[in-house]
Amino acid sequence: MIGIIHDYWRAYLYTDGYTMTGVAMTLWLLTAALVIGFCIALPLAIARNSRNPIVWVPVWIFVFVFTGTPLYAQLLIIYTGVYSLSIVQHTHFLNEFFRQGIDCTILAFGLNTGAYTTAIFAGAIRDTAFGEVEAARSLGMSNVTLYRRVIIPAALRRALPAYSNEVILMLHSTTLAFTATVPDILKIANDANAATYESFSAFGLAAILYLCISFTLIFLFRRAERHFLAFLRP
Amino acid sequence: MFNLHGYGPIILAGTLTTIELSILTLVLSFILGLIGASAKLSRSGIARAVATVYTTIIRGVPDLVLMLLLFYSLQIWLNDFTDFLNLRQFNLSPFTAGVITLGFIYGAYFTETFRGAFLAVPRGQMEAARSFGMRPLLAFRRILFPQMMRYALPALANNWQVILKATAIVSLIGLSDIIKATQDAGKGTFETFYFSVVAAAVYLVLTTVSNGVLLMLTRRYAIGVRKAAL
Repeated sequence: MIGIIHDYWRAYLYTDGYTMTGVAMTLWLLTAALVIGFCIALPLAIARNSRNPIVWVPVWIFVFVFTGTPLYAQLLIIYTGVYSLSIVQHTHFLNEFFRQGIDCTILAFGLNTGAYTTAIFAGAIRDTAFGEVEAARSLGMSNVTLYRRVIIPAALRRALPAYSNEVILMLHSTTLAFTATVPDILKIANDANAATYESFSAFGLAAILYLCISFTLIFLFRRAERHFLAFLRP
Repeated sequence: MFNLHGYGPIILAGTLTTIELSILTLVLSFILGLIGASAKLSRSGIARAVATVYTTIIRGVPDLVLMLLLFYSLQIWLNDFTDFLNLRQFNLSPFTAGVITLGFIYGAYFTETFRGAFLAVPRGQMEAARSFGMRPLLAFRRILFPQMMRYALPALANNWQVILKATAIVSLIGLSDIIKATQDAGKGTFETFYFSVVAAAVYLVLTTVSNGVLLMLTRRYAIGVRKAAL
């Protein structure tokens, strides 16, 4: 245990001397995936609640496919599958993009969390009280203003508890990045295990680091809920 | 389109392995969940503390980390144990290791599900059962369990979908499940894209079919519950 900590603490936390690794890499993957996911989810959640089938059916299919299949299967399609297509290998830009494990990982994670977040946000938008919309309309708000001032802020607040769950699950999912040779915490633990055969210490350290990140995130979301959902407190 | 280049039987076998693994994991985590929920609701402080530590740690650590941790360590512990007793070495297969670790992990999620469901059954139901002279086990089987299931089913359905999707990572410890089979097929034929899409499609079919079954079960357990007509 002491030996692993002595040799690998830097790699577990932020760098192996060449690139960003460990906790820093895991947090970067998580942040990038969540930002992409959020940017996809907000417009799609609005589209999901549209009455026009040409608008909501594609969104429904996207959510259905990405929440119905394992993230690992999606990562394999994007990482090993897409790169084997000849059109990708012969287009300079695509070739450069899909050759990097980290690009593929972030793309897969972003799409995956985007689908789950779309489902969460769409549910929150659907739950908007009728009276709120009615009141906004009676004040002469246009559709854009109605969404910007009334529906979106309230829906995001309502979605916060479910969204915090999704963030924790996404943190757990980032461990799959090591299958695409991205040096996150688990990859370092795997290397330490291969070099020392001290499996319990190597993976145990990784487990402790993930536990700390989980607890920090839970704490931050509790604070956020207390702030943004203050009106729900008894 | 359905030309699997002769890899059909292997992919089918992999699919069956995935289904078997999911079902055994479900059974194990169901039992662990019932035990954990009883421990969390028991009067003994030690039982409550153990169950709380179990659910907190398991739900805070990613399943893949736990799986690798347990997969490598279980074998070492087992070897130490068999050496200690002078027994022959006993090797854990990836399948057994997968069921044990996934069952152990999702047992924590089931514990929370069942705890909420037990609390949702009115207290008077259990009191009435005891007043009729039912022993605790009989009261549990006839009174508590059927009513609890109605509250637990939506979360259970969700957990089942999560377990089904979580089995995909078991290929990383060497089990020939659907992912492993399709990856091998992809490498053998140089059609990696096609076969990885096949893997995802199989999962999509499995989740969709089980969704339908769970919907039917929800209806079955909600028999006799009247819904408010709005």
